Amino acid sequence: MSEKLKKPQELAQVEFKPAPQGWMDPTVEFRKGTWNYAAVPETLEYLDLPYPRKWQPTDDDWQLPDGWEQIILTGMRERLKKYRSFQVFMDCCVRCGACADKCHYFIGSGDPKNMPVLRAELLRSVYRNDFTTAGKILGSIAGGRKLTVGVLKEWFYYFYQCTECRRCSVFCPYGIDTAEITMMARELMNLVGLSIEWICTPLSNCFRTGNHLGIQPHGFKDSIEFAVDELEEITGIRVDAPINKKGAEILFIAPSADYFASPHYFTLLGYLALFHEIGLDYTWSSYASEGGNFGLFHSTEMIKRLNAKMYAEAKRLGVKWILGGECGHMWRVIHQYMNTLNGPADFLETPRSPITGTTFDHASSTKMVHITEFTADLIRNNKLNLDPSRNDHWRTTFHDSCNPARAMGLLEEPRYIIKSVCNNFFEMPENTIREQTFCCGSGAGLGTDENMEMRMRGGMPRANAVQFVHDEHDVNLLLCICAIDKATLSPLMEYWVPEVEVGGIHEMVGNALIMKGEKERDVDLRGQDLSGKTHADESPAGGSQEEVAANA
Amino acid sequence: MPTFEHGTIKIEVDEDGFMDEPSEWNEEVAKALATTEGVQELTEEHWKLVNYLREYYLKFGIAPMIRKLCKETGFPLKKVYELFPSGPAKGACKVAGLAKPTGCV
Repeated sequence: MSEKLKKPQELAQVEFKPAPQGWMDPTVEFRKGTWNYAAVPETLEYLDLPYPRKWQPTDDDWQLPDGWEQIILTGMRERLKKYRSFQVFMDCCVRCGACADKCHYFIGSGDPKNMPVLRAELLRSVYRNDFTTAGKILGSIAGGRKLTVGVLKEWFYYFYQCTECRRCSVFCPYGIDTAEITMMARELMNLVGLSIEWICTPLSNCFRTGNHLGIQPHGFKDSIEFAVDELEEITGIRVDAPINKKGAEILFIAPSADYFASPHYFTLLGYLALFHEIGLDYTWSSYASEGGNFGLFHSTEMIKRLNAKMYAEAKRLGVKWILGGECGHMWRVIHQYMNTLNGPADFLETPRSPITGTTFDHASSTKMVHITEFTADLIRNNKLNLDPSRNDHWRTTFHDSCNPARAMGLLEEPRYIIKSVCNNFFEMPENTIREQTFCCGSGAGLGTDENMEMRMRGGMPRANAVQFVHDEHDVNLLLCICAIDKATLSPLMEYWVPEVEVGGIHEMVGNALIMKGEKERDVDLRGQDLSGKTHADESPAGGSQEEVAANA
Repeated sequence: MPTFEHGTIKIEVDEDGFMDEPSEWNEEVAKALATTEGVQELTEEHWKLVNYLREYYLKFGIAPMIRKLCKETGFPLKKVYELFPSGPAKGACKVAGLAKPTGCV
């Protein structure tokens, strides 16, 4: 965490006073803690992206290529033609302001340009100036702005202060998808070599090794084997975790952080225990070793390139369908872009649970099922022997991860599982959950340490709701089903509500799951003593929050 | 790209002070990098951690899971923080010359 980060009490004093100059003035201050490092040139080169160079947003000269204005305007023209949604979103906003106070970044920063309507205007103003008759004739009177270096810097600042969470879109009477506006703005900036390290490094890693972290196949195997060993110590049962097994019925793809970071790792233990217990014929893949798709934070082309490997691997291994882990933005890609970009995956079968016989018809095109859908179905059909009292040391609440909630409507299944495996579950206030869920504040590639102040600001509304259930119900565990959430909610809690830890739903499943032939469980999956209800910080390997903060 | 200088050591680092070229790492570099982490002297315990990370990195090209690091060095996480106040990734990995992990972490 940044050394100079203000104290929570100070950060909570949000100034909602607009700057004296009008919104058309593009001046921005790149203040430490509020922006992300530029992408390093090696990653752009690796990805065949244009204009790689060493630069940082704080530089006066961004070394833009000659004719950069024309490159961007041409890119805009092409995209307006290619994506009808982009054209509609540029034209149809009436600036009613319903979205204005729905953005976590606006709530946490008070910066008017973080109102989704105004953030979009930063792009729309250039659209008006160069692509509408009124704008061409009347210029600023018609709300048009010329594309200048100042405007470009402003785009970079604010379109990397949007987590593409789409909470604002829920409230838009026109249904404008603000995430897609951000995606377009980022695509346009990519054309002149402007992107951020935290997006481009994972992207190039993913091309090189199959996952965002850059873990090579032997490292992947080493981590899975370590987890198998540790699960055996906890349960007395040695599970099989096949990797690259041809002819397996199901390919399982989790976010790579699940086999690297904490508290993600405890969810991995939960997956392994569950799959063993139900005798699932499945395989991991060391090639499709990433559920996430940082392409979503970069460009359509990159989404397509990364998404394709999942299906290529499913084909190579000859599986029937794909089961996906506790990942967030993966599901935005699968549900809303995959079919257009790479689908339909006709060589796979409509997913059918081999344990319950349930057919997941809604996944008949993508052939991918979310693990909470799969597990909720197992519980519904009484296929699991569960002892929720083994989670009695936790008092839980659930953070709906933005993309599973808003991009696929996955609202009931996670709750159904939690209520089946935990005796203590408390909802946060209704306007902060389900489709109105507040973002972790660090999604869409913004989960970096140099951006910590904005992350803590953006995460404040979520943290505030957690504080409420902590005060009311002594909640001490915030559950979620997204790897970015697990990584970023941990420092967020440490900052705003330090009494609350972060965990995954399948960690809870793994704790409650009574496995045939298991030894008496004296510790949970974190290694915490179950008899004495020892706090996580005293467990042999330390507390999860610290681990994540360290990992971030 | 910043350059880090300490005594006779001069290396290229990223914005957070992680080495650009982990292959240039040696024990003297580790001692120099440790000073940026508030560690003036690397004790036997520091070296145990650094060497473990280094060996794992040379074999796998990345840092180990924190869970594995703690288990195999026998250091509880609290101890790791005592040794390197910025923690295993930001502190110990930096001193061991590893790259910064990126993604959903």
